[in-house]
Amino acid sequence: MSEQKLFTLRNPWFGAAVGITGGIAVLSFLAGLIWLPLAQPDLKISGIWDAICSAAGVPRAAPQSSVQQPDFKTSSVVLTSEMLTHPDQVSIGRGATLAQRCAICHGPEGVSDANSPNLAGQFAAVTYKELNDFKAGARVNVVMSPFAATMSNQDMLDIAAYYAYLPRVPSNKIDAELAAPRIVVTGAPMRNIPPCGACHGDIDTKAGSPWLGGQSAVYIKAQLEAFASGSRHNDISQQMRNIARQMTGEEIDQVARYYAAQP
Amino acid sequence: MLINKRLILAHFWLAFAVFGLALILGAWQMFVRSPFNAWHFNPEFYYRSVTAHGSAMGYVFPTLIAMGFGYAITEATLEKPLVGVRWAWAGFALVAVGAVVAMIPVSLGLASVLYTFYPPMVGNPFYYIGVVMVVVGSWIWVALMSINLMIWKRDNPDRPVPLAMFANVAGSYLWGWTAVGAALEIIFLILPVALGLRSTIDAGLARVFFSWTLHAIVYFWLIPTYIAYYTIFPRAIGGRLYSDAMARISFILFVVVAMPIGVHHLFADPQVGAGFKFMHSVFTGLVTLPTLLTIFTICASAEIASRLRGGRGAFGWVRALPWQNPIMLATALSLVMLGFGGAGGIINMSYQLDATIHNTQWITGHFHLIFGGAIVIMYFAIAYDLWPHLTGRAMDHFGLMRTQLWLWFIGMIVTTFPWHYVGILGMPRRMAFYDYANPAISPQTFSVGMSAVGGLILLTSGVLFFVVLIRGQRAERSDAGAYRFSVPIHMPARIPVALNSFGLWLTLMVGLTVVNYGYPIAQLLVLKQTNVPAIYVGASR
Ligand code: HEC
Ligand code: HEC
Ligand SMILES: [Cu+2]
Repeated sequence: MSEQKLFTLRNPWFGAAVGITGGIAVLSFLAGLIWLPLAQPDLKISGIWDAICSAAGVPRAAPQSSVQQPDFKTSSVVLTSEMLTHPDQVSIGRGATLAQRCAICHGPEGVSDANSPNLAGQFAAVTYKELNDFKAGARVNVVMSPFAATMSNQDMLDIAAYYAYLPRVPSNKIDAELAAPRIVVTGAPMRNIPPCGACHGDIDTKAGSPWLGGQSAVYIKAQLEAFASGSRHNDISQQMRNIARQMTGEEIDQVARYYAAQP
Repeated sequence: MLINKRLILAHFWLAFAVFGLALILGAWQMFVRSPFNAWHFNPEFYYRSVTAHGSAMGYVFPTLIAMGFGYAITEATLEKPLVGVRWAWAGFALVAVGAVVAMIPVSLGLASVLYTFYPPMVGNPFYYIGVVMVVVGSWIWVALMSINLMIWKRDNPDRPVPLAMFANVAGSYLWGWTAVGAALEIIFLILPVALGLRSTIDAGLARVFFSWTLHAIVYFWLIPTYIAYYTIFPRAIGGRLYSDAMARISFILFVVVAMPIGVHHLFADPQVGAGFKFMHSVFTGLVTLPTLLTIFTICASAEIASRLRGGRGAFGWVRALPWQNPIMLATALSLVMLGFGGAGGIINMSYQLDATIHNTQWITGHFHLIFGGAIVIMYFAIAYDLWPHLTGRAMDHFGLMRTQLWLWFIGMIVTTFPWHYVGILGMPRRMAFYDYANPAISPQTFSVGMSAVGGLILLTSGVLFFVVLIRGQRAERSDAGAYRFSVPIHMPARIPVALNSFGLWLTLMVGLTVVNYGYPIAQLLVLKQTNVPAIYVGASR
């Protein structure tokens, strides 16, 4: 046994073992690093060497082709969670004056009876962002947009501070009995919908998420439908569009009724 | 001829003691995250427990079994006392002390990093030092196996290496090389961070090194089981091994292709290129080969034994098998679990299919079925078979043994089948808490509850196992005779040098490692900016 030589091509075991192992390695290399990358048109491989580099994981510069731009304006406001949380009295006072013009629709106390959104007690960052978006054209509404068009940045800051300062007027439609719909409490994970309460209060309040309690049901429904259809598209990173698109009509009605009945 | 019985018994006893403790932890883990438990415990305890359970079951228990069984095989097949007994005790001490050193920080909550380490999580350095001690202790065993074989070969130039010893040394070489990956990861990447010398870590590279160890470590656990299939089972049921050469080829295939395929654990990781993932996937497909060969050979051996006992017909021979015999029962149950586990494994190794179950409870189900089921049940069988020879006392509670084996099998099926199922539903693994009231999770409630029941059955079986062992240790003295392994139908007088030595296979193993791992590792070593800040586990915030 020991006199038999192993590492020589005359030993059939040696040839077979090395040949088979090497053969499989070469074939799987050819398939995995050349054929498969070339077979995927999405990878935009330019040749064999490029295929090998790409499949081997060599870092490659990001493709230079220009990023696709949407054919509408998107919001350019940058939000942080600390933003506009420390208003000063002068600002609130100026805001009160400026807000006179808004009262016919949003109500003298920031609470509307005409299905225009309530603004009283809304987070300053939200009001400021929405006004900015109206002004820049990222959010469009024939009734509201003209009012924002002429505002200066300071005007918007002041108005936001003023409405945040006003107390949320308890809605006359509060119904504490109304149980929270499932989608508000747990979302719908299989459809990628997080709980509404995770951003809009109850569970957590995330920067830029408007307070919805006491808001008109008609308004809430209209906004969700606008998000779903894409006609409202000023939400950063499609946070609300992605959610609204997945909601059923029934769920939209439920949340609209629910939030309208909350303080 | 077993001479150093105390050495072997010490390994088995320590192994099973560690196993028993880890089993309790496992059952507790299953309970606390099941719907039976209302949420009232600190989730950190869960991760401590998972780390302890995994490290004990993954590193300490099977290593000690392989070592103890390896020493037994050496003395029984080479028919002479083990060379280097003092070193063997030193290795044992290293493993034992290493296990304690690792477990102290874990139980203090300073190293809840799970047994897969998961950088950039970094725990207390003593945890890693303990693990390295366990590995170094086992490397002493690797060296001793090889030295003993070499001495025997020199003295017996014309005899083929006995199959059990050939397989045993194959397993030791496989482990020697496999452990290198995790050792490199700990020594060069993790320990410097754990000791505070650096504060960033190349987590991607660390995971690549770990994958080097992670797949083949399972085959290291598996080798004693396969040795039992080939060299204990046929003898125990009164038959012969169908083919000696087939057995050798299986073990050789494990040596060559079990290790350079670990990247299938990184299919979802970004730091390895898709091409190399594909290559590893192909080679992973190859490891089904030795297992299929084994199933064939073992079934053929069983048929031979049955026909020798008068079994007839195309399938009638199955009934004529000695089902009363615990080894027969254990092997059959083991093969069933191996079959299911193996089928699941083929899904895991497929580059695309893996995406559906990656990091879900399915994976936990898979490796518990293979390791906890198919492999560990044969560890029980090995213990039952060896015990009378080690203790010099009779061990004849066959009914109790069968009950224990059945319970282990049933428990493992009841535990792991629901795990596979909830994995497909998307249940992530390694979570301390599941909110079963959540409508997305509530469909998993029944299955998870069922698997916790399985955990309880396993615990019961574990208790019975100790009852059998302890009774065996206290029974009447009786001479069990010399310990023998199965003989093949055709005892080869001469076998090709390739099937009697390891040089060629080790060369292929290392060569394939260079081909499959060389570039991914080299690239990560060279690339700048691949380090991320370490996250110290258990550090006060
Ligand atoms: C003629 C009625 C009208 C007047 C006057 C008016 N708004 Fe509006 N405003 C609306 C309507 C209607 C909407 C809802 C637009 C939509 O459906 O997208 C709105 C929306 C808003 C929003 C967004 C609220 C939200 O939660 O997204 C803000 C902020 C706002 N108005 C501020 C003002 C301010 C400040 C003024 C005064 C400078 C003003 N509005 C004057 C009708 C009016
Ligand atoms: C990930 C956080 C997040 C979640 C979850 C979320 N929203 Fe929103 N939502 C926002 C943000 C941010 C805005 C403001 C978008 C903007 O104009 O910039 C918004 C706006 C809205 C508006 C318009 C309010 C107004 O005054 O203009 C409605 C209505 C709304 N969300 C309803 C819902 C409902 C119902 C759910 C649950 C199904 C939900 N949201 C879940 C973040 C969230
Ligand atoms: Cu694996």
